[in-house]
Amino acid sequence: MLTAADFGAIWLTIKLAAIVTLILLLVGTPIAWWLARTRSWWKGPVGAVVALPIVLPPTVLGFYLLLVMGPNGAVGQFTQWAGIGLLPFTFWGLVIASVFYSLPFVVQPIQNAFEALGDRPLEAAATLGARPIDAFFSVAVPLAKPGFLTASVLGFAHTVGEFGVVLMIGGNIPDKTRVVSVQIYDHVEALEYTQAHWLAGGMVIFSFLVLLALYTLNPTGKKK
Amino acid sequence: MRFVTLIAALSFSAVASHVLADEVQVAVAANFTAPMKQIAADFEKDTGHKAQLAFGATGKFYAQIKNGAPFAVLLSADDSTPAKLETEGAAVAGTRFTYAIGRLVLWSAKPGFVDEKGEMLKKGEFKYIAIANPKLAPYGAAAVEALTALKVLDSVQPKFVQAENIAQAHQFVATGNAEIGFVALSQVMKDGKIGAGSAWVVPANLHQPIKQDAVILANGKGKPAAEALMKFLQGDKAKAVIKSYGYDL
Repeated sequence: MLTAADFGAIWLTIKLAAIVTLILLLVGTPIAWWLARTRSWWKGPVGAVVALPIVLPPTVLGFYLLLVMGPNGAVGQFTQWAGIGLLPFTFWGLVIASVFYSLPFVVQPIQNAFEALGDRPLEAAATLGARPIDAFFSVAVPLAKPGFLTASVLGFAHTVGEFGVVLMIGGNIPDKTRVVSVQIYDHVEALEYTQAHWLAGGMVIFSFLVLLALYTLNPTGKKK
Repeated sequence: MRFVTLIAALSFSAVASHVLADEVQVAVAANFTAPMKQIAADFEKDTGHKAQLAFGATGKFYAQIKNGAPFAVLLSADDSTPAKLETEGAAVAGTRFTYAIGRLVLWSAKPGFVDEKGEMLKKGEFKYIAIANPKLAPYGAAAVEALTALKVLDSVQPKFVQAENIAQAHQFVATGNAEIGFVALSQVMKDGKIGAGSAWVVPANLHQPIKQDAVILANGKGKPAAEALMKFLQGDKAKAVIKSYGYDL
C-alpha cells in the first residue's frame, strides 16, 4: 500500500503542477497572443525557443538550469543578490524549471486557438467600439476557451509527468522536491517493486483519465 | 548494391575481429568510472580484448541483470550485490573477489572550505550537503555511518540533498549548488593527489569498509574475454591504477 512518504510525494506533485499551470496560463497567454497575431520577423525565433523543451532531453534542460541557477550562474548570482538564495534543491526552483519545461504545452494550444479565430471577430468588436484590451477579454478569450482547456490539462499533466529535470536539480528532499516520479524511481532502484507498482499504476490510470477527459470534452476536428 | 557491399564488408570485419579478439560488456559502478577507463585501455593494449563499459548505480545494474541485460562482468560498488547475484544463480560461483576498497571523502569545490579534520561538520556553516542516496548507494550508507559515529547526524540530516548515485553527488558539489558533499575519493583524486577544492578524507574506521566486489555474470560464463578481464584486474598494472585513485587494496 501507499506509505506516508508516497502520499507526501503525491501532494507535492499536485501542488507543483497546479502552481505551474497557473503561472503558465498567466505567462503563456500573452506569448501565445503575440505569436498568433504578429507579423514580426521574430515570430520564428521566439516560436522555436518556446518549442525547444519538446525536443531537448530533460537532462540538457536540467544540466543548464543547474549551472545557470547555481552560485556561478547568471540567475544564481541574481537570486543571491536579491536575497532569495539559490534555487536548486528548493520547491520554487522546481516551479521555475517546470515552467520552462511545460511552456510549449500551454502556449501552443492557446496560440492555435487564437490563430483559428482570424481577424473577423476582433474587427467586429472594434467596429462596435471595443478597445483592444476589451476585445481580447470579451471576444478572443471566450472564443479560444477550448484552447485554454487543452493548455491547462496538458500543462498540468506534463508537469506531473516530469522526471529528468527534477532528478537533476531537485536533490530528492522529502516534501520539497521529492515528486511522485522520483519516488517511483527510488522504489524501483531499491527493488521495492510492490510500492513502485502502486504509484506507477496510479500514474498510468491518472494519465489515461486526464487524456480521456481531454478528448471527450474537447474533441478534435470540431475546431472553433 | 553499394549498400549491400558495405553491409558485407562491415559484417566481415566484425567476424574477423571476433576471431582475433573478444569483446566483453562490463557494468561498472559509477565511482570506478575514471580508473576503469584507464584499465580498459591497458587491457585492450595488453590482451587485444575490448571491454565495453557501462557506468551507473549498482542497484540499477542489479535490476537490469536480473531482467536479462547482456553484461558479462559486474564491477559492483559493494560486496552484497555480487553475493546476492551468485546465490540467485545470475553470477558464476567462485569468481567473486574484492577489486577495490572505497574511501569516502568530504569534499568542497571551494579551496579552504573543508578543514583537514572535518570539524566544519560540527559547526554546520553550510546550507546543503550532497550525499548519494543511502538507501541505494554504498557510499551514501557509509556517509550516514560516519555522521552517526561523529554524533552529528541529527544536525546535518536536514541539510541533505540526495543524489541518485555518487556521480550526481559529485555533480551537485562541483557546480557549487551544494557547498559540500560526501563523494568517493576516486572522483576527486588524480595521480595520488586531490585535484581541486578542499577535502577531508574520512577515516576508514568511521564506517564499514566499502568493499567493492567483481563477479562474472551468467552471461559471461566460459567467455575467455571475461576471464581475462578478471585476471587483469588482479594484476599489478591494474592495481597500480586503482591505488592511484585513492582506493585501498
